[in-house]
Amino acid sequence: MMTDMTLSRRQFVATALTAGGGFALGIGIIAPAEAATLSVRPWNDDTTRYPGEINAWVVIQPDDTVIIRYGRAEMGQGSFTTLPQILAEELECDWALVKPEYASANRNFTENKVYGSLSTGGSRAVRETGELVQQAGASARERLIAAAAKRWNVPNTECQAAMSRITHKPTGRNFRFGELAVEAAAIKLDKEPALKRPDQYKFIGRRLARLDVPLKINGSAKYGIDLEVPGMVRAAILKCPVFGGTVKSVDESAIAGRRGVLQVVKLKDAVAVVADRTFRAQSALNALKIEWEVGAAGTTNSVQFRKAYLDALDQKGAEARQDGNVDAAMRTAAKVVEATYDVPIIAHAPMEPLNAIAHVQADRVDVWVGTQNADAALTFAAQASGMKPENIYIHNTFSGGGFGRRLGPDEVAQAVAVSKAVGKPVKLVWTREEEIRQGRYRTQAAIRFKAGFAADGTPIALDMRNSAGSANPGAVKDGVDAQTMQGLINTAYKLPNFRVISILKNTHVPLGPWRAPGHSQNVFFMESFIDEMAYAARKDPVEFRRELLAHRPDFRQVIDLLVEKGDWGKPMPRGSGRGVAVHESYDSIVGMIAEVAVRNGEVKVERVVIACDCGTVVNPRGVETQLEGGMIYGLSAALFGEITIKDGRVEQGNFDTYPVVRLKDAPKTEVYISPTPGKRWGGIGEPGATMIQPAVTNAIFAATGRRLRSLPIRGQDLSGGV
Amino acid sequence: MANINVNGISHQLDVEGNTPLLWVLREEIGLTGTKFGCGIAQCGACTVHVNGQAIRSCSVPVSSVEGKQITTIEGLSSDSKHPVQQAWLTEQVPQCGYCQSGQIMATVAYLKTNPNPTDADIDANLTNICRCGTYERLRRAVHRAAALMRT
Repeated sequence: MMTDMTLSRRQFVATALTAGGGFALGIGIIAPAEAATLSVRPWNDDTTRYPGEINAWVVIQPDDTVIIRYGRAEMGQGSFTTLPQILAEELECDWALVKPEYASANRNFTENKVYGSLSTGGSRAVRETGELVQQAGASARERLIAAAAKRWNVPNTECQAAMSRITHKPTGRNFRFGELAVEAAAIKLDKEPALKRPDQYKFIGRRLARLDVPLKINGSAKYGIDLEVPGMVRAAILKCPVFGGTVKSVDESAIAGRRGVLQVVKLKDAVAVVADRTFRAQSALNALKIEWEVGAAGTTNSVQFRKAYLDALDQKGAEARQDGNVDAAMRTAAKVVEATYDVPIIAHAPMEPLNAIAHVQADRVDVWVGTQNADAALTFAAQASGMKPENIYIHNTFSGGGFGRRLGPDEVAQAVAVSKAVGKPVKLVWTREEEIRQGRYRTQAAIRFKAGFAADGTPIALDMRNSAGSANPGAVKDGVDAQTMQGLINTAYKLPNFRVISILKNTHVPLGPWRAPGHSQNVFFMESFIDEMAYAARKDPVEFRRELLAHRPDFRQVIDLLVEKGDWGKPMPRGSGRGVAVHESYDSIVGMIAEVAVRNGEVKVERVVIACDCGTVVNPRGVETQLEGGMIYGLSAALFGEITIKDGRVEQGNFDTYPVVRLKDAPKTEVYISPTPGKRWGGIGEPGATMIQPAVTNAIFAATGRRLRSLPIRGQDLSGGV
Repeated sequence: MANINVNGISHQLDVEGNTPLLWVLREEIGLTGTKFGCGIAQCGACTVHVNGQAIRSCSVPVSSVEGKQITTIEGLSSDSKHPVQQAWLTEQVPQCGYCQSGQIMATVAYLKTNPNPTDADIDANLTNICRCGTYERLRRAVHRAAALMRT
């Protein structure tokens, strides 16, 4: 039974590839000649074991094709190219022969986390997996060398790997990798080989073209939403719009006899309509009369929440960090400056609405989904199906954006539950409205700062009280969620007296990581208030920051580059201004200067200059695009981002009420990299999303004299200064 | 029944006339390069050409495009060699890529009306959403495509 099903699935993949038609076949033609290739469906059936699998990361086929397993998600950040690039550096293979594919979540479960974590958050694809795949590549290379040396009966040291061949240096004899792979797989090394030193890199650091781009300019790349499996039906879903509510009753009479509608599935907290077509399922769902049990949460609203978070600033809270003695220092201060900031809830709104295909069978569950966290998808599918985790197969696909939303795979649990109910493979597709209204949102947050200065203007104490929610209450320790506090407790600024108080406060609104969680709101807070402190001390905002970072020479080169490229200090027209922000996160130091023009109360962000030191640069263009893109993502939050609650439910539903940055709002952007080579592999997917928010509001202050202490900017009065 | 012509091929389809063109393309014809993003003509991920003009197919009933020439990303070229696709490749525009079929289709149609646009023209006329924030490279790619098409 198992074999038959495996076979049929493999046949499906094989036939589906050609069924894709000309566009699938065209890929090889359009890819640059030196490039590796990526399938439009870069996964295997999870059960085939290749004899040429040298280790879990590297398979070499008899024809020399190098399958490199990729243990993270590809949601746009580009590491489907970057991580294989790192592995290929050590393997010494021909890049043109490389064919990356997703690592199997099933194997990661059954083989004791052989791929580490498949979760793709915290800017850690390269940061955490980089060294793992370096070692995998080096190990595979040494095994290939050992296999060749054994055949020739020569010492390993006389053999060398290059361009997918092992050569015996004294004689020039050589073997292709593909001739050695099966023997190499059987070889056990005495010890793992040493990795190259950074100065030996010849492939890491190259501006390689992304492998997925050729598939993304002709419509051939397959996202979860694009897949079909035999016998599949389609479902639309509506979850109780008041978070935590349940289904009370469903009146199906309005959709009786509708064409294509197969079944209404009632889950505890959601109703799904299953049909033969998505549009029929969505239309029927809209016509259903559903009553919900919403409880007390159904009377809440954003006005109450905002007040509650601000009021919470007076509560006792927990000390998240204290240096020196803030209270004593504050009593000696010649001048004290205070300010309160807050931000609303925001949603992720990735371009591809959440979706998943689930097929619950008697002995296994298959799920096809673009997910940021295939490990969690496996766990969610096991829970929703009641099946053992070892019988769950997650087939990860390209994701149309993630930004944190695809870390909590709610859509997988739902699709599995609906497939179980109908006994067929089900493709579940959320509407945009469902995506906006059933988020795992960035928390609402408020903060009150207090800074004390000596008579000469030197800052001597910084005190802050923060109220915000925890996206992971299980991780709270002594009243502090470290993620909620990111960007505050680990700021690079050094003051002799420094204190962070955390007041955790959750509502019924579900929270989750939003690109650069914690940092995202806290860097807005911190970098805005540091700016306020600079003005209070009558110092240039850049110079003031330099003084607070004097103990960190590594910041100096980033700030120097930023000041030079960003024209800091140069005159600007009336009504225009520059704002700066710098921050270290995910092992990367990033600075931004934003130029804004404020005319008739309207803000236009005209230019953004970004400088960065992320340590080792694997692919410079990857760094540039992530900083550019992260900046735009954060700019949407700064200019427009606001989810409001009324009667316990989200009021916004689509891009008309939840606007995001479009071309007309997108500034000219320049990225400059000032790398420090060495052991540090700084993450770069998230930092850009944080600094743009204060850089813009600081620039608005420079332009107008008006200090914005809340976001979003849209709707705030910018006429005249304060 | 609906009779539509997509990428030069005629299809007779047994669908309700109010079905959005997007879902007909994706689920009846199997052309999944055209994406569902919002369903209300806000984001442009579903942009295709009808008689050469860019439209947002999520909000166009299939009955309204009968007898017209529909072009999707798959029909733009057989080898990804359209100048706009080539410009996108050179500038390495896509990140997640989900919006890019729509971005490319919108650009192809726009460049027909304005073969030599300024940045301001581009900003005012290309209104599709990209959440990855590829706008800087996208703008450069539009200029590159325009230059390629003029030569």
